[in-house]
Amino acid sequence: MTEFVRVSELMPPGHVRTPAYLRGKMGLIERPLGRFGNPEQLAYGLAADKQKLYRVRFSMAEIWGDGAENPDDTLDAEIFAHWLTPLETPDAS
Amino acid sequence: MSDKPGRRWHDMGGLPAGPVVPEDHDFALWEKRVDALMVIASSKGHFTVDGLRRVLEDMGPEAFETQSYYERWVQSVNQNLIEAGVYSIHELGEKMAEVAARGDTYGDCAEGAND
Repeated sequence: MTEFVRVSELMPPGHVRTPAYLRGKMGLIERPLGRFGNPEQLAYGLAADKQKLYRVRFSMAEIWGDGAENPDDTLDAEIFAHWLTPLETPDAS
Repeated sequence: MSDKPGRRWHDMGGLPAGPVVPEDHDFALWEKRVDALMVIASSKGHFTVDGLRRVLEDMGPEAFETQSYYERWVQSVNQNLIEAGVYSIHELGEKMAEVAARGDTYGDCAEGAND
């Protein structure tokens, strides 16, 4: 299983759970969490597809660049699979 | 962080902000009732926390700055219940008029205001 992923940079206007500050960032799959109803459908009262949810680990350097106070610290975020693109190796894109 | 075009107002992660002040506070009875209403409505399947959040987000930054947490919640719960068909806008209007007719002091005892 490919473990490195990049978060989509899409910026749709509706209800989404992927924070803007992580969009376009590269992370490492920390663990799969199972399948959950897609909040992008649930928010509008629609029947929701079950989507895979992952805990993804990002370095502060990846998120904040030169502004990171502790570049090697990490941050975990739970992100649905349809926001993630698998990468062969880090920095593949 | 350079801001992203299209970032919505509520998506605040990473923006400059002051220190977090840990404050303890009690809730008024009506606020507890709003919370309970959300629990009842979601447990009955009328809508989910996702719908609650969607309406809160769509209310915009002005509501966030000028209204309290549960003032915003009760509006979101109401809109979601209308969208779910639990009651009609007309029924809501009739109930609001009925409650208003009880007078301004009707809820004072429940709030413990004069004890």
